[in-house]
Amino acid sequence: MSFDPNSSFLFILAAIVIAFVVAQSVFFLMRAYRHGAAIGMDKAQLKKTILSTAVFTIAPAVSILLGILTLSKFLGIPLPWIRLSVVGAITYELPAATSTATALGLSLADTITDAKAYTAIAWVMTLGIIPGMIMIPLFLKKIQGGIMKIKNKDGKWGDLFMTSLFLGMISAFLGMVFTDVRNGLAGWIPIFVLLFSALIMGVCGILIKVCKMKWLETYALSISMILSMVFAVIITPLIG
Amino acid sequence: MNTTYNDKSHFYGRIWILTALFMLLSVPVVICLYYGAWPEGTAVLKGLLGVAPIFWTVAVIEVFTYGPMLGTGGSYLAFVTGNITNIKAPAALNAMENAQVKPGSEEGEVISTLAIATSSIVTTLVIAVGVLLLSVLTPVLNSPVLKPAFDNILPALFGGLAVVYISKNWKLSLTPLIFLLLFYIPASNSRQIQFLLYIILAGRRVDFSGGGKDYV
Repeated sequence: MSFDPNSSFLFILAAIVIAFVVAQSVFFLMRAYRHGAAIGMDKAQLKKTILSTAVFTIAPAVSILLGILTLSKFLGIPLPWIRLSVVGAITYELPAATSTATALGLSLADTITDAKAYTAIAWVMTLGIIPGMIMIPLFLKKIQGGIMKIKNKDGKWGDLFMTSLFLGMISAFLGMVFTDVRNGLAGWIPIFVLLFSALIMGVCGILIKVCKMKWLETYALSISMILSMVFAVIITPLIG
Repeated sequence: MNTTYNDKSHFYGRIWILTALFMLLSVPVVICLYYGAWPEGTAVLKGLLGVAPIFWTVAVIEVFTYGPMLGTGGSYLAFVTGNITNIKAPAALNAMENAQVKPGSEEGEVISTLAIATSSIVTTLVIAVGVLLLSVLTPVLNSPVLKPAFDNILPALFGGLAVVYISKNWKLSLTPLIFLLLFYIPASNSRQIQFLLYIILAGRRVDFSGGGKDYV
């Protein structure tokens, strides 16, 4: 059988997987909303959470779409679409495809035509990202139990522990911004963008607190992200 | 926390995530069967060796880091829908911050799950629309003018998010930020350094056992 990485069969397979992901999301969304209302949480707050998250998600989702476009030149649309809708992230999928293509002596610049090479890449992309899906059902309850024990023993320490986990995570990712600083001024662009984003968020914070612009809370992160992306578009040609 | 709701979240979450795992593994099996093309084991092994050691380790660390932060429903959902670092975790943490609820609380569980579910649905919709309008969107998305915007999406996102948390917990932030500068600036392989940093930050637990309360 001739092989086409954009065949109808692969698109149907992608549609089934994506429908499953949407179904799971809708299930948990409705469950959380009903439970929030049942325990007396303000329904307006719940709706505000949904709206602000929806707005915030659009720009990063477009960057995922870009990831699919990048991979589609080599792998067609359906496989990257599946992989980036279930567990995947472009930071994993691209190295996984590159690693297997290199092992098979293929170039990522040409559309894949060999079914065996395609399935090898599909397996590597799949097997590389399953540990999280195995570990969560096995250990999540135990991890939460451990956190609860810490909190029950010393509530303040428990909160500190959670905050430090997040600060650790955010520092790890902030650090990635610094990896190109030795490549001249162009390597500093991500740092300038990061600082600009922090500045815009700070201005939003002042507007919310001092000018009582409470509505801005919902969109502050989205605004700082979008304006910083615009800032990157402006400064890159000037510096790079 | 309401144990009944949380226990049920674990029950439903396990069913969903294990079904997703089965489905995920079925995808390459079905493709192999349909095309009658099973790959060479050595090709898969070689490809996997290039990425698995670091990504499997990072996955383990992510489970322990994000699990408590995202809550029960949020974790079962985020670990299926993926893109945790660049979308799901920031979405959940920003939503909890705006709603003034804490991760791990019952209200935090609700808000985090709502945020992660919403961002999963919106991401899927954006991608679906993008794929349908591919011929129209490709030149726009691939334009050199917009490239820097998407190249810098993570600093654009984390700058805004970090300033909120660091300003509120600046004393607690000092150690990881110092390590960040010490390790990242001289480094060339960010992924390996990120992994190393995770270990160090996990080790921060030790810091608190002696005088954690002094940090706030």
